[in-house]
Amino acid sequence: MFETIDQIFVLIKHWLLGYVPGMAQPLISAILSVVPVVIAFPLLFAITTVLERKGLGRMQNRYGPNRTGWFGILQPMADGIKSLTKEDIVPRTADQLVHFLAPVVMVIASFLVYAVVPLGRNMVIADLNAGVLFFFAIGSMVELSVFMAGWSSHSKYSLLGAMRAIAQMISYEMPLVLASVVVIMAAGSLSTVTIVNMQAGYTGIWPHWYVFTPWGITGFIIFMIAATAESNRCPFDMPEGESEIIAGYFIEYSGFKFALFFLAEYLGMFATSAMAITFFLGGWAAPFSFLTWIPSYVWFFGKLLTIICAFIWVRGTLPRLRMDQLMNFAWKFMLPLSLINIVGAGIWHFMPAGFTRWGVVSLLILLSCVLLSRGLRRNKWFHVRTYRFAS
Amino acid sequence: MTISFLLLAAITIIGTAAAMTLKNLVHCVLALSLGLVGLAALYLQLGAQFVGFTQILVYVGAVAILAAFAIMMTRSADPTASNAAASFRASGALIAVLVFAVLAWATISGTSAQPIFTAAPEGSVGQVGAALMHRFVLPLEVIGLLLTAALIGAGILAMDEHRGTR
Repeated sequence: MFETIDQIFVLIKHWLLGYVPGMAQPLISAILSVVPVVIAFPLLFAITTVLERKGLGRMQNRYGPNRTGWFGILQPMADGIKSLTKEDIVPRTADQLVHFLAPVVMVIASFLVYAVVPLGRNMVIADLNAGVLFFFAIGSMVELSVFMAGWSSHSKYSLLGAMRAIAQMISYEMPLVLASVVVIMAAGSLSTVTIVNMQAGYTGIWPHWYVFTPWGITGFIIFMIAATAESNRCPFDMPEGESEIIAGYFIEYSGFKFALFFLAEYLGMFATSAMAITFFLGGWAAPFSFLTWIPSYVWFFGKLLTIICAFIWVRGTLPRLRMDQLMNFAWKFMLPLSLINIVGAGIWHFMPAGFTRWGVVSLLILLSCVLLSRGLRRNKWFHVRTYRFAS
Repeated sequence: MTISFLLLAAITIIGTAAAMTLKNLVHCVLALSLGLVGLAALYLQLGAQFVGFTQILVYVGAVAILAAFAIMMTRSADPTASNAAASFRASGALIAVLVFAVLAWATISGTSAQPIFTAAPEGSVGQVGAALMHRFVLPLEVIGLLLTAALIGAGILAMDEHRGTR
């Protein structure tokens, strides 16, 4: 019974495939795998926009959207209709073709990434041998589309926003990749499905997730910080800094193209969160051995929503960083720490299991964390800031 | 020669040809990245996942972005800026013909001596990893050390820029 509910989507797909003639089966099978993902994640995007606006409103002592539907639940519908009916304005000096292609490339790249995300037991579109590599390769195409959007708009604000966004994305891609290297080392595979399977099993009631090791928790924290920066969210939202450059690289986009950028940004956030779940939080596995009767996809989306709530919480809590603080943090703290984390994972692998290796690896990482943060704060003292040009 | 191969080859050739002929340098970079993506897709079609994805990661993610940055930093974003490569047409054509001749000669003389493999190799990523970890472990370590040194060196270069300020 539990087996059937757990595999219900896979069973439905096979049942539907039974009605298809043999020639068309590979094509129909691919369509049947892709369409639910293409429907589910934009739906999650719609839910997240309401959650985010209500949550931020709550944190800022206001109501948030409450006019459409029951507690503002229909707000994404209203937003969608509004952006569809708005006029699509293209600046006269803009590069017409590139200006049109930028949101298209961005949305395609954002959707492609989901091909390797395991959404549940036996629920992955393509179990690639080099799945992790695929994820980062497609992720790098987003940077190109950001450049296309910023450059083709022929506006100084959008060009500045694109420069900031690309510099930030390249800087934080390094810790993002290096933080996931420890997982690849531990699992011995680049396939996302294998990585999830390597974390299966329980000791007592506790799972074998990589986050419950010293290098795993460090990697998870580095990965999540880098993911926040990659998806241009607060406190790393300088590419869109509304108070400085209005909206960054997509300022010259209006109507549904703007909505596409918005969608692509959230899809990117979901994808990196899904990868964090796959790498560190055991993918679709249940957190306790006595909860395995709940279907795997419920756990996956539950973990995803938890991470999204954490993102919203961080956005409502932390102020925006300055550009130099952002770069210093990436290159002087995150990067060395993720390199040391790799060394820690290596030591962990070659030491015998027990409390000694816990102590040694934790000490190594904590010590380097303290030293690096002291180095970051060197020559800095906090005082009333004097403004050279504005005073 | 399947339809997908013809399509991908057409994308690659059109992309690279556009990269050489277009007037606007930024368009050239974008066309070049299209050609590189087509090339990566050709690798994927041959079953070489590792090479294909690395091609996208390195060339589209890093080299194309670097080229775009270089163009934006060194000259104005004026769309009418002329393509300097257009003035070297004759010598460029000569070099292209020579390179093509060498490659064609190597391919033709090479295939007659060895049998052509039709079956795709399996588990290529695992094989690449095993080869790197066993047979080529020393070169891998040297390259890793060099790249890590370069990474830390870049960080140190940036570190001492504003000593004492902020």
